[in-house]
Amino acid sequence: MKTKDTQLDLWEVFIQSKSGLPHIHAGSIHASDIRMAMQNARDTYTRRGEGTSIWVVPSVCVSASNPDDSEMLFDPSTDKIYRHPTFYVMPEGAKNI
Amino acid sequence: MNSNQPLYTYTLRLADNALVLGHRLSEWCSKAPFIEEDLALTNIALDMIGRAQALLKYAAEIEGSGHSEDDLAYRRPENHYYNFLIAEQANGDFATSITRQLYISVYEYLVYSQLEKSRDTTLAAIASKAIKEIRYHYRHAAEWAVRLGDGTAESHARMQKAVNDLWMYTGEMFEMDELDAGLMREGIAVDVTPLRSQWHELIKGILNEATLNVPDDGYMQTGSKQGVHSEHLGHILAEMQYLQRAYPDARW
Repeated sequence: MKTKDTQLDLWEVFIQSKSGLPHIHAGSIHASDIRMAMQNARDTYTRRGEGTSIWVVPSVCVSASNPDDSEMLFDPSTDKIYRHPTFYVMPEGAKNI
Repeated sequence: MNSNQPLYTYTLRLADNALVLGHRLSEWCSKAPFIEEDLALTNIALDMIGRAQALLKYAAEIEGSGHSEDDLAYRRPENHYYNFLIAEQANGDFATSITRQLYISVYEYLVYSQLEKSRDTTLAAIASKAIKEIRYHYRHAAEWAVRLGDGTAESHARMQKAVNDLWMYTGEMFEMDELDAGLMREGIAVDVTPLRSQWHELIKGILNEATLNVPDDGYMQTGSKQGVHSEHLGHILAEMQYLQRAYPDARW
């Protein structure tokens, strides 16, 4: 028997911790519409001063890569150390490069 | 102390509303309809308790008898508590808690917007911090009122019942006794008399959107300004104060 889903729609939450930084995925929440989603995201993920901005996105709008494609997509990048910018000296004062 | 008695009592009245409602909301912890709402209600509870702490600390300072905010919270008897009767009413179903929150949040929104301009700089500072939290409590309660009122037949019926049942506790919020009037003339207390019609308009707008009827003003409960309470407050304090009563000065 399939259990009835009483948990409303699923939304993905992205929080920006400081102006200028990217919005980072914090987790997901349930809500019936965008306004409730925004409130629930605020109450769930910004209670301890984590955020200055919130994005919420319906989870159905997120396309995920197929795990079967993982070798093709990600393995080629693991053995090319020259792709990492570790051969440069960080300019003084630069925090995010 | 004598010359400061009115300010002490006025501050306690503000503090007790926050403390008692905060305690009521904390009772939802782990029992809300779903986890996000559980967090929302307990967030609001923590806002309330934070505000109560600031106000009780100030009250203790005014009193000047060496008491702390904890003494005032945990050692004061029921008839020295001055929260509105609505704040102590039982959580009931979710619609009841939301309605209680709506009536109080709209009221606090109006009162604390004025209190920010108080000539008492401490109360003004506490108010300008609290008003940000209150704006969110207001939005949270109003959103739910509309969702439940304009939701299913069941949620509509429960919401209308809560709106009707709690209405008789709303009149008390707009009473002014001599103490309030005296502090108002000094520019310290908020004159709540003109706020009644504003409160009514705001509530009417929300209830209309929620397809709910606005109750007629009938008999209004009263007593809290004299420390007279419904049967609920004693039970709240029994739980809240048990530890300090059983083990005075216990710390952790």
